[in-house]
Amino acid sequence: MSAPTLERPAPDDSALQDHFDATIAADHRIEPRDWMPEGYRKTLIRQIAQHAHSEIIGMQPEGDWLLAAPSLRRKAILLAKVQDEAGHGMYLYSATETLGADRADLTDKLIEQKQKYSSIFNYPTLTYADVGVIGWLVDGAAICNQVPLCRSSYGPYARAMIRICKEESFHQRQGYELLMTMMRGTEEQRAMVQDAVDRWWWPTLMMFGPPDEHSPNTAQSMAWGIKRHTNDELRQKFVDMSVPQADFLGVTIPDPELEFDPETGHYRFGRLDWEEFKRVVAGQGPMNAVRLARRRAARDDNAWITEAATAYAAKHAEGAA
Amino acid sequence: MSSEMTAEGGHGAVPTSADVPVTPTPAASRRDWPLYEVFVRGKRGLNHVHVGSLHAPDDEMAVHAARDLYTRRNEGVSIWVVKAADITASSPDEKDPMFAPSGDKVYRHPTFYDIPENVPHM
Repeated sequence: MSAPTLERPAPDDSALQDHFDATIAADHRIEPRDWMPEGYRKTLIRQIAQHAHSEIIGMQPEGDWLLAAPSLRRKAILLAKVQDEAGHGMYLYSATETLGADRADLTDKLIEQKQKYSSIFNYPTLTYADVGVIGWLVDGAAICNQVPLCRSSYGPYARAMIRICKEESFHQRQGYELLMTMMRGTEEQRAMVQDAVDRWWWPTLMMFGPPDEHSPNTAQSMAWGIKRHTNDELRQKFVDMSVPQADFLGVTIPDPELEFDPETGHYRFGRLDWEEFKRVVAGQGPMNAVRLARRRAARDDNAWITEAATAYAAKHAEGAA
Repeated sequence: MSSEMTAEGGHGAVPTSADVPVTPTPAASRRDWPLYEVFVRGKRGLNHVHVGSLHAPDDEMAVHAARDLYTRRNEGVSIWVVKAADITASSPDEKDPMFAPSGDKVYRHPTFYDIPENVPHM
């Protein structure tokens, strides 16, 4: 694979480019009305839009359990969490609009499959233990990814990430608490938790993306300060954090090669099935079609609400005039 | 492994290669709801601070939407919304003529004045 090529500015933009580079070098933030290289703007739109889409689609796997939550307490918690995911999507669409994108247009591009969302949401939630494991592992991985993004070089994205990270902490803790409760329960409940961990562990590790040698855009994104760590660094950090949590919980991580390496101070772990990752990203995961169909239905079936609100606003404005 | 895969979103890895479109499609159906900027006063005694934006059909519904979106955990005691189009802002290109005058007026800062250290309460 060839070395990544860093973007070169057109000659007449060089003074602007110098100012931009100096801002990045000083670890200051780029703000919406600043000049920025076109590649920086487009990369940010792609990155933030896919993140926003992931939050919105991410409501579905857990939303499937809203009507089947085992108690009113669990239902209230789950409702709050799913509502947060919607909020996170909105903060992020808001950030994309400071770059010239349009959130209705981004939604259309998601539904038309021109833009993607995280592969993790294409797996089904088969039992209530999945709700706990999503909170613990999937949101835990998201926190690993997102905490460094609070220092993103693009101001609106960094500020959205700060809000989101505060709320993700609730998501992870409610998931872990749910699992602790189930682990104190019956043998059947403990088996349910282990089964959920078995199904979600590897897809969660894939959330960090392909190995560094297959991530050609990483160098440019790190030079721009819109990515702070490589995929493999974040994946390692997540494994190191999760193993003691699994031990405390009393579940087994489904990886026979998982082993602590006293020399490096890190856990060694087995190879990920990147063929599966490619299939799921390409749309052949178990739930891709269901997720997109529901998002399309939400847009189309609820269009009358938008129209009614517009009509109400118009009538209201007439009355006031 | 396809080389256009990369993980750059906060929620995991998807292709973000150059063929993912980012330019709005002109023909796409548009809601004509204006963009509102949202400001929240965190608690009494603090200024309103910009927190983000949203689209709404009118001012009143913008306040309600801002309440749901930006204050789910007691983040505020007061909300302002203002249409983004109604905001007049300085341009980054004007930063020199706009802000330079304060740069050479060092006498506006208390540190400009040498006062002996043994003068009390100064």
